[in-house]
Amino acid sequence: MSDDNIIIDATTRIFQDLCDPQTVTNAADASWKTPLWEALEESGLTQAWTPDDLGGAGATIVDGFDVLRVSGEFAVPVPLAETLLAGWLLSRAGIVVPPGAMTIAPARRGEQLTLGNDGALVGKARDIPFAGEAEKIAVIARRGGTPVVALVDRAACAVSEGSSLAGDPRNSVGFDGVVPQAISEPVDGLDEDALMQMGAAVRAAQMAGALQAILDISVEYSKERVAFERPIGKFQAVQHNLARLGGEAAAAIAAAGSLADTIGRAERFDDQVFLEVASAKIRVGEAAGEGAAIAHQAHGAIGFTAEHILHRFTTRLWSWRDDFGSESVWAVRLGEMVAARGADELWPMVATQ
Amino acid sequence: MSSAIQFDPIRLPPECEALRVEVREFLKEEIAAGTFDPITAPYRDGFNPEFSRRVGEKGWIGLTWPKKYGGQERSFLERYVVTEEFRAVSAPTRVHFTADRQSGPVLIKYAPEDIKMDILPRITRGECSFCIGMSEPGSGSDLFAASTRATKTDGGYLINGAKVWTSSAHVADYMIGLFRTSASTEENRRHGLTSFLVDMKNTPGITVNPINHMTGVHEFNEVVFEDAFVPDDHVLGEIDSAWKQATSELAYERSGPERFLETIYILTELVRSLGEKPDKRGAEGIGRLVAQLHTLRRMSVSVNGMLQAGKEPTLEGSIVKDMGTQWEQKLPLRARELAAFVDEDAGNRADFDELLRFATMIAPKLTIQGGTTEVLRGIIARGLGLR
Repeated sequence: MSDDNIIIDATTRIFQDLCDPQTVTNAADASWKTPLWEALEESGLTQAWTPDDLGGAGATIVDGFDVLRVSGEFAVPVPLAETLLAGWLLSRAGIVVPPGAMTIAPARRGEQLTLGNDGALVGKARDIPFAGEAEKIAVIARRGGTPVVALVDRAACAVSEGSSLAGDPRNSVGFDGVVPQAISEPVDGLDEDALMQMGAAVRAAQMAGALQAILDISVEYSKERVAFERPIGKFQAVQHNLARLGGEAAAAIAAAGSLADTIGRAERFDDQVFLEVASAKIRVGEAAGEGAAIAHQAHGAIGFTAEHILHRFTTRLWSWRDDFGSESVWAVRLGEMVAARGADELWPMVATQ
Repeated sequence: MSSAIQFDPIRLPPECEALRVEVREFLKEEIAAGTFDPITAPYRDGFNPEFSRRVGEKGWIGLTWPKKYGGQERSFLERYVVTEEFRAVSAPTRVHFTADRQSGPVLIKYAPEDIKMDILPRITRGECSFCIGMSEPGSGSDLFAASTRATKTDGGYLINGAKVWTSSAHVADYMIGLFRTSASTEENRRHGLTSFLVDMKNTPGITVNPINHMTGVHEFNEVVFEDAFVPDDHVLGEIDSAWKQATSELAYERSGPERFLETIYILTELVRSLGEKPDKRGAEGIGRLVAQLHTLRRMSVSVNGMLQAGKEPTLEGSIVKDMGTQWEQKLPLRARELAAFVDEDAGNRADFDELLRFATMIAPKLTIQGGTTEVLRGIIARGLGLR
């Protein structure tokens, strides 16, 4: 993740202009969403992970993660991440990627959809982010046990009401009887678990951005807010809390950055990628909890109000850490892998690159 | 972003991985030959001149230094690999570690050429040990309160006073110490301290008194100076201005793998204790610890790589030390909790318990040595723009 980067600059400008957290917080309705989404589509950012020949912008994997980290810095409440994921999934199966907002399914470990001999899907996927706002859903399903990727019209599915802690749509989606618009087998034996890993990596990048943002917001607030005749940032107790927040943000930025780089260079979802994904989702998720708590503490009562922007970030941190597997879910998997390999393989596994 | 934190995703270059293979092979042979045992090494004193000499023969001390001083002119990332592999098995590096990490680089920067030509090659051969004279009875974290005096005399200085908590002073050949040559001033309370090279073996007027750790290990000492003479050419850097001399070495010192690997043996033995198929609680506990370790290592490699590339990740370096030492300090506690229901008679339980007792006792020092948590968080706060 380098900062002297044209994609990062362009993304930042769009969000500064059209998704400023205070403006969005003050807005009476959601009409600001339309120009934002149009600008994202026009710039090609929603198709960053789709190759040119399948209708996309053909940016690199790392570019896409950079975009998502920046979107986290603005707590962006539109399905940019989900659309990127869907574009990535469809193009891994050679399916032409349609324009418009998309999401993916399934998003929970252990859930499986099936594609019957009649060409229709069977099954239900829970906790699907932004299903309520998406036009299409890219799914992985099993056809006779083999993973296939399918493009589905959201209007054909049974989408439940529901929202995340941040108020973004998060829905259960019933696929029974839905006939996909396109079906194809993915490359490299891509399966539900690969989608879980990519989803976890996406959330890690967004959370890293959000943690950087709440660090900045908290530092600025502590320099301005006066109590006991001094800016509160001059008090050692406050400084040390913010130093800890800096550490949590740093851990998140490092873990998410390393993961993005690893996926960018990997040819398949192997053990090295798994170690990076699990570590990042666990550690960044932990940082989300610790970091949000410290940021709220630094802000006092005002940070707890609807009119302040802090909640835009903290509620998304609390929500994103649960998506595509919580810290606990990933920790059990990672711990089982480490245990199965044995104590003497622990260090060689960690000290690899 | 006002305080953009940056961790470039640094990957160790191929020469590092080739070196790692070589280092692991060497350590395996040393362990097989009985030089040390990773299961008991953590609570031994780590002082092994023969081992250090063999490490020197390999060229792994002063790895980054100029060849004319016995170094190899290799990268800091290669040094990183050597350091982390030695730490991972608790290899006995007490003879050379301080000289390799800190003292040598200070000499390279500030000592006269003849002294460099004399001492540096001996360090690289593993024959020369250093200690650091910083803390005093009235000066710990507040370094600039040091009062041990260096008074000008014919051809040099006379040192009077005492240093405390001086690790390895009882075995060290040299000390790099901070002594007061002038009073501090109104404008600059850091003024007046000078850095000196002190020959610990051949200087009359130096007494080293042991101060045992609460674990029983003898590492600390009190070093008393009574008219100890240090010649003029042993002054390192500018008189009265030692405070200016904190350089990028400090970032290397803060962000190295030794800042989170000091209790790593307890994680290895915890994994062994819990076995191949731990319950969910055990698996989750291991998973979280490994994720935290992996992330710390990525942060630390990143800072070292950025330093090697000529960047100045000062804030990031301080963060690595703060988080790394917090983690290695809490590790024994987490291991204790996770091992609570392991069968008393199971496999390595006796070794684990013995190591846990030791790790629990040394844990408090991890957030004190080389800069306390409180000092570090002040530095981080400054980096964030709060001071």
